[in-house]
Amino acid sequence: MDYAIDIRDLTVAYREKPVLWDVDLQVPPGVLIAIVGPNGAGKTSLIKSSLGLIKPAAGSVLIHGRPYSEQRSTVAYVPQRGSVDWDFPTNVLDVVTMGLYGRLGWFKRPGKSERIEALKSLAQVGMEEYATRQISQLSGGQQQRVFLARALVQDANVYFMDEPFQGVDATTERAIVELLQNLRKQGKTVAVVHHDLQTVPEYFDHVMLLNVRRIASGPVEEVFTEDNLRTTYGGRVAFVSALSAARKQ
Amino acid sequence: MSASLEIQLIAVVVAVTCALPGVFLVLQRMSMMSDAISHAILPGIVIAFFITGNLSSPWIILGAAAGGLLTVALVEVLRKTGLLKEDAAIGIVFPALFSVGVILIAQYAGDVHLDIDAVLLGELAFAPFDRITMGGMDLGPRALLVMGVILVVNVVFISVFFKELKLISFDRALAGALGFAPALLHYVLMGLVSVTAVGAFDAVGSILVVALMVAPPASAYLLTDGLKPMIVVSVVIGAVSAVAGYWVAHWLDASIAGAMASMSGVLFLSILILAPHRGLWSVQKRRSNQALLFGRKMLVIHLYNHEGLPEAQHECRMDHLEDHLRWDHAFASRAIRSSLQNDYILQQGPHLSLTETGRKYARSSLVEL
Amino acid sequence: MIDLLTNLFSDYTLRTVALGSALLGITAGSLGGFALLRRQSLLGDAISHAALPGIAIAFLLTGSKAPLVLILGAGIAGWIGAALISVVTTQTRIKYDSALGIMLSVFFGFGLVLLTYIQRQPDANQAGLNSFLFGQAAALIEQDVFLIFVIGSVVILLIALFWKEFKLLSFDSDFLGTLGYPIRTLDYLLTTLFVVAIVIGLQTVGVVLMSAMIIAPAAAARQWTDRLGLMIFLAGIFGAFSGVGGALTSSLIPALPTGPTIVLIVSAIVLISLLFAPNRGLVFRRVRDWQAGKRLRVDAVLVDLYTLASQHSSAEYPHSERVLDVMSSISGPAHQTLKVLKDLDLAIPIDSTHWSLTPEGVLRAERVIERQFGGDS
Repeated sequence: MDYAIDIRDLTVAYREKPVLWDVDLQVPPGVLIAIVGPNGAGKTSLIKSSLGLIKPAAGSVLIHGRPYSEQRSTVAYVPQRGSVDWDFPTNVLDVVTMGLYGRLGWFKRPGKSERIEALKSLAQVGMEEYATRQISQLSGGQQQRVFLARALVQDANVYFMDEPFQGVDATTERAIVELLQNLRKQGKTVAVVHHDLQTVPEYFDHVMLLNVRRIASGPVEEVFTEDNLRTTYGGRVAFVSALSAARKQ
Repeated sequence: MSASLEIQLIAVVVAVTCALPGVFLVLQRMSMMSDAISHAILPGIVIAFFITGNLSSPWIILGAAAGGLLTVALVEVLRKTGLLKEDAAIGIVFPALFSVGVILIAQYAGDVHLDIDAVLLGELAFAPFDRITMGGMDLGPRALLVMGVILVVNVVFISVFFKELKLISFDRALAGALGFAPALLHYVLMGLVSVTAVGAFDAVGSILVVALMVAPPASAYLLTDGLKPMIVVSVVIGAVSAVAGYWVAHWLDASIAGAMASMSGVLFLSILILAPHRGLWSVQKRRSNQALLFGRKMLVIHLYNHEGLPEAQHECRMDHLEDHLRWDHAFASRAIRSSLQNDYILQQGPHLSLTETGRKYARSSLVEL
Repeated sequence: MIDLLTNLFSDYTLRTVALGSALLGITAGSLGGFALLRRQSLLGDAISHAALPGIAIAFLLTGSKAPLVLILGAGIAGWIGAALISVVTTQTRIKYDSALGIMLSVFFGFGLVLLTYIQRQPDANQAGLNSFLFGQAAALIEQDVFLIFVIGSVVILLIALFWKEFKLLSFDSDFLGTLGYPIRTLDYLLTTLFVVAIVIGLQTVGVVLMSAMIIAPAAAARQWTDRLGLMIFLAGIFGAFSGVGGALTSSLIPALPTGPTIVLIVSAIVLISLLFAPNRGLVFRRVRDWQAGKRLRVDAVLVDLYTLASQHSSAEYPHSERVLDVMSSISGPAHQTLKVLKDLDLAIPIDSTHWSLTPEGVLRAERVIERQFGGDS
């Protein structure tokens, strides 16, 4: 079967400490998947190593059957909002246009057609009136929408998003959910690092429970069980015994 | 006492006095404040000199301390406007203050026996000739006495406020919550840095004060964990740099202060490379050993995860490991051999399976994670 | 002033010095923009100090004081310093600030050992090496300026060429990485340009003050604009202006060293920018706050008058100032605000102490109330 995201035996170590250990994840195309787990579970590392930003100690990541380096143009990335300096001297349209830098290649500057594309994706997130606004004047929710617009303009098949709901207002949250569901309708695959367990069943089709190791992944109704959650968030000793118990059955 | 011995003694006292507040600068990520302060005390010194007309007056030290605190306050004001980040604020404030000092000296060069090169670079070799006498009795070189007093002040301050300093170094917010007035303590500490800098700057010059304040504590940071050991080790490294620097300078007939800074750098570099646990060499060695350890652990856990499941037939084959764990053939063989030797796995043709020991090892490794 | 200008055009030395300082200011200022945005404001300080031993070694090895040789030595040493800072901070627990402090002072100390060693060699002619400490713009000759021009042009050209890449590298380097650009290589390239911009300035401004030349023009420029391109351009202009200004001033006033003069001019530009720049400037911000406060006050008194009047038959029913003083939700007497209302034709005095709303005042008050409570109803 052709998986949109196919992660096998992925191990990532920071300095000498493993942050991901022997993780597997297969995501079929056209699925909205939430990646959940406690702080320090390696969620961001999972995304970053999928995007080739961190070199894994072992394992492989395939996007639609091929390594990321060959699939760049079909993958988009929304980093955590807090990872950049929003006082940077640039405006909204400019940030969205950055999504097209990959397609433009070396030395070429974005022109009129790029700006038109960027405006279109700004309209998709309801931010077209803010095109010339300096980014430091945006609210948290608006910043997040700008980052989403930048990913949309990449026109990808697979989207990786790191905490897009972090610190946004209710209106923006609804707008983002709608956007994600639209993407799925177009057959895109979206992997989202998510914090709010309560909304997982409502927003997503699939879920991955992660705590350094993969606890479980698959359709929400099968995987999002109390047992699995306790293993993900509960004590680590408890988790091993639960795992062995499950295995011996 | 011979001049050579006196110079070495002064050098050691200067180095130790600088290392003490330096420990807290390094821990609080404010090392560059030593650079800023050691430059910005210049206008304070010059203005105090204009007022008193005397370079050895205690007012000079107060003027310098005022210059240092002014830097700290200006950086704070600029940062609070939200228009500049802290590093930019530092990078703008101290060159401006230093420039004021240089221009004042240059303009009144005729009247001031302040040589800008000496301010910047210091000259320890002449220190034994500037002596303090009282009632005809020789009390010793002025630099030694001044620095000795500052050393005592530093030691007393750090001993009295040890607990508080420790707290603001490791958890500033908590210190505030407990009512320790971290801001006040911060300013007192910066005042001490200024006073230390002005005392040391006669001997080693303003730029090299930075070396003595930052390099020994940073070296100690690679060797120790607690605050007390870090202070002790910093002091020792500072003193060793001072004596070694003196002899290198003696041998090359070059600047003593420069050689002291160079030696503190050589010590830092050696410790950086050779320090047990945290040194580059040790980290590198552990990494390459750990690659094998890591590989063994991964192999065992991989087998454990797939044990008894339908895909085991496929997942637990040797060739699969190379494929999926992205191991090259040589490394896979090493990991398998090492696991066989440790009695973690059994091999039957291309199939691998866990022993009971291996299962235990896998479980304990998982707990570690 | 006229004298200065005629001198500038006729005096060959002065023209050379001014041109050199201007070129330098442009190069340093524009790279400083990136350094400021990448939070590397103090890296310039470390690199310029770290360059000193390179100058001494270049001289020891070649015996030459040709600017190109010394600049090359300075560049290599500065680059090694920058690379070491990066290695130490990524591979060990040493933090960025300590790494900066150590490289800065230890390299400088080592440079000093070498310089004093050179000085004490019997036949060495070391004059000129010392000028690297504080810089000597007055000693610039045509060849130096030509060198600065060539190197500076290459630097500016490369910034223009890699504009989009450097911009995204500074804003969101991870994202640039996901697009397939080699971020490590780009980082090294930008750092190398940074080192180059610093070392060509050492001769003029000196090791000690070069960092201000890098960071201050950029910090000033940031206040005037929210566009990166304009910011970098302005930083170049500010850099050039302070370079020329400093060089000329110090040539006119005896015993005025060039480097410190340039630094003071550029610091003054920073101060002016922080205070008076539109939008971000402190004065502008204060005025905006004050205006917002005034508007609030006007609205409050208007609503008070309206509320009082609404207890009577007519919305224009007059009321005494004393009542308004007590009632006003904004502290302080209402008299000043009432005068403003009168100027705006929103209220009129009936006698010396009584005021009533005009029809426009009533309308405006109703609008304010609607705006304040509209969301809830």
